[in-house]
Amino acid sequence: MSKIRVLVGTRKGAFVLSADAKRRDWKVSGPFFGGWEIYHVKASPADPNRIYASQTSAWFGQQIQRSDDGGETWNPVGNAFLYDGVTGTHQWYDGTPHPWEFKRVWHLEPSLDDPDAVYAGVEDAALFASKDGGASWTELSGLRRHSTGSSWQPGAGGMCLHTILIDPKDPKRMFVAISAAGAFRSDDRGATWRPINRGLRSQYIPDPAAEVGHCVHRIAFHPSNPNTLFMQKHWDVMRSDDGGENWREISGNLPTDFGFVIDVHAQEPETVYVIPIKSDSEHYPLEGKLAVYRSRGGDEWEALTKGLPQEDCYVNVLRDAMAVDTLDPCGIYFGTTGGQVYASSDAGGNWSPIVRDLPAVLSVEVQTLV
Amino acid sequence: MIRVVLPAHLRTLARVDGEITLDVAERATQRSLLDALEARYPVLRGAIRDHVSHKRRAYVRFFACERDLSHELPDAPLPEAVTAGSEPFLIVGAIAGG
Repeated sequence: MSKIRVLVGTRKGAFVLSADAKRRDWKVSGPFFGGWEIYHVKASPADPNRIYASQTSAWFGQQIQRSDDGGETWNPVGNAFLYDGVTGTHQWYDGTPHPWEFKRVWHLEPSLDDPDAVYAGVEDAALFASKDGGASWTELSGLRRHSTGSSWQPGAGGMCLHTILIDPKDPKRMFVAISAAGAFRSDDRGATWRPINRGLRSQYIPDPAAEVGHCVHRIAFHPSNPNTLFMQKHWDVMRSDDGGENWREISGNLPTDFGFVIDVHAQEPETVYVIPIKSDSEHYPLEGKLAVYRSRGGDEWEALTKGLPQEDCYVNVLRDAMAVDTLDPCGIYFGTTGGQVYASSDAGGNWSPIVRDLPAVLSVEVQTLV
Repeated sequence: MIRVVLPAHLRTLARVDGEITLDVAERATQRSLLDALEARYPVLRGAIRDHVSHKRRAYVRFFACERDLSHELPDAPLPEAVTAGSEPFLIVGAIAGG
């Protein structure tokens, strides 16, 4: 029988939530690395017992932890994230040049086929790679050295590279997203990059249709159709059907199109989920009612609220805090800044909390273990 | 022999309990003490000072003999009581919320 393992990163440690395929009775393990911010925990698709975690602290810096036994035990591996060559500057919030400085790892993306290979998206925005299980890291500096790099600016959460997608059909192709520079694509395994932001419009930059400067919050695709990308931007939910060459808005009838997360149903490549948040200055659901919205392809959205709080709910759901399992019916999971991790074992029809009182949730990933 | 007290999170990271004792060459300094500490516990590299510049992390402080040594030059000699082992060298996480 299949098992589900939910990997949760929080402001004060990591947690592992486990259940069988019925997804009713959950075992909660943790906190691991208590007191540290765990920005992301993700397992290798090639070896489900190999899990990487980003452990960070304003006091004591960055650690990368690795488990080789499914999260039972952990060991620190390499934490030297050194930019390649002369770092130069990007724009600061006030428009002045500011030196690139490493702050933390936001996202870890293990290779699809090699448990020892993993990518790290960091703040200040850059992409690093390890080929030795996280022991050493090398910057793929073609991204940061893009001709637009000196004009990139941080979003409110910092200038973070938070999304890394590896194309399962073309191992040379990767996508990343940076707040607030936008989306980028590489077709040569990360050596060179170009912005893929045509069609995005952002009112908070001088030229709303600029090549870079867009605050992309999250991008997702279905592994069977990686040419179709779904994006939750600062405002606007977007879709591309040509690998990011062109985007069109699919916000449709969403009550607000601000938000952070976006994900795709495991069996239905056209079914996409978002969690609308009231606004960029009010990071909580509309009218205190928490709702997931589902759409077949975009434009027409339905609210999924059964089991979710419909009064006095003022939590946020951060960009890496939604994931899906691969069971049928598909399980959908998300974590909140109020410490709840909600799960639906019927593709969003009904929701219930796995846990209610964790520290603020930064990230949620799911493993379906056969 | 120099006695070093780490903050709780770094003790967990280094998997040590209580004080650490280090043998540091004569005329011990902050730099030689931290070099010896990181050589014995490589996991602490980057956690107390920058990997490359070796500049102290902003929210880490160094105290000894009831004095704040955080702003001493890295190559200044440590107090005699520290090098003699009668007083510990305290590595402290600054009080700054959290």
